[in-house]
Amino acid sequence: MHHLEIRGLSSAYGKTEVLKDVSLSIDKGEVVSLIGPSGSGKSTLLRVLIGLTPPTGGEVFVAGDRVDYRQRKQLRTLRDKMSIVFQQYNLFQNMTVMRNVTIAPVKIKRRPSKEANEAATRLLEKVGMSDKHDAYPNELSGGQQQRVAIARALAAEPEILLLDEVTSALDPERVNEVLDTIRSLTDEGITMMIVSHEMAFVREVSTRVAMMDDGQIIEYGTPETIFDAPKEARTREFVSKILRH
Amino acid sequence: MFGQIAEQVPLFFNYHNLVFLLQAAGRTLAMTIIGCTVGLVCGFLIAVLRRSLSIWLLPLRLIGIAYVEFFRRIPFLVILFIVLFVIEPLVPGASLLFIATVSICLLSTAFLSEVIRAGLESVPPQQIEGASALNFNAIQTLFLVVLPQSWRVILPPAAAFIVMFIKDTSLASQLGVIELTFAGKMLVNRGFSPLLGFGAVLLCYFALSYPLSRLAAYLEKRLASP
Repeated sequence: MHHLEIRGLSSAYGKTEVLKDVSLSIDKGEVVSLIGPSGSGKSTLLRVLIGLTPPTGGEVFVAGDRVDYRQRKQLRTLRDKMSIVFQQYNLFQNMTVMRNVTIAPVKIKRRPSKEANEAATRLLEKVGMSDKHDAYPNELSGGQQQRVAIARALAAEPEILLLDEVTSALDPERVNEVLDTIRSLTDEGITMMIVSHEMAFVREVSTRVAMMDDGQIIEYGTPETIFDAPKEARTREFVSKILRH
Repeated sequence: MFGQIAEQVPLFFNYHNLVFLLQAAGRTLAMTIIGCTVGLVCGFLIAVLRRSLSIWLLPLRLIGIAYVEFFRRIPFLVILFIVLFVIEPLVPGASLLFIATVSICLLSTAFLSEVIRAGLESVPPQQIEGASALNFNAIQTLFLVVLPQSWRVILPPAAAFIVMFIKDTSLASQLGVIELTFAGKMLVNRGFSPLLGFGAVLLCYFALSYPLSRLAAYLEKRLASP
């Protein structure tokens, strides 16, 4: 049984179809990266998976259970198992770093706050933000905010972690600190879906890579296949353009 | 003129007149406080209602929008008279103060609802997406994320409106409610210099609204997120 299975998933913004019949199977602990040009539907796929954008067709199965995105209860169960990190971090501006990381465990999952604080302290240490517990998001650099956002997503103890262009909004010298953090997560058994333009990173950490174009997955394979011997002309063109940089 | 004022000052500031002015100021203050409290609560409810996407709340949402758009566009004096002529037959013997207070509630609900709505809308949608991805429900998102970030936008115009309502209550004098402005007029009619009578009223209005502005400034500092 696949950990995450997507069958014929479609989505549209108004009349514009942004996802067309996307199918993908991911096993537990896999790290799957989505690559492709802007507007190819990579971010939309992640947004549909976590229920922020409604699907217009198709099915999603998590550990064999079908998710009905119109049912609030099923959506809650899904989000208990799945977390997302956004391109723009989306940290709560009115809360300190510590509160950002503990609020969902305490207020939503009803964990004792002592336990949540200990877990948050551990996570913030893991992402290298131990010295910033009491800072507010706007006092931090983009890279620091993004590392806190990763800690916040991990505090929900997700089985599946979605990372949506987490380094795209960062200064170049801040990119590596975030990539290092993600790299350290890949051997923890969390299933990950990564949307990224950092090709070297994608190649290094992914178990498989999906190339998307115009709302469809046009090629799916190991990083070696996608980067060294792509079958599709479009993949070849995209990869060569990006790697030339 | 100044000779007359100097002559009248000891007469004017007697115990009877001071109690009379204080009572009038009390009525002005009571109308404002009740009106704005009701306005903040109902305005908040309407603002939240207008954000909801639930199909079941659609009729209520439409009523809320119609209410706000309607009452923001009628002069306060007209509201006063409409309320007077609607309430009088419904509640025989309703006091004029009651009628004026109801009118202020109607007006402040409409205006404060718009102020609160603008505040809630100032919070970027990404903050709400972040909350829903973490399984916050609508109420939790509102009170833990959206409202705390809205104060900075809500407070300054809300305080300005409330100060404006203090002054608008003077129109209740047209109904015959003995609030500050009416009290000033009565004192002048008793023969006191208009400068003295309305000067005292002016000081009372200032004494009522200045602390409020200070309170608003303090709250702004305390509640606004960093």
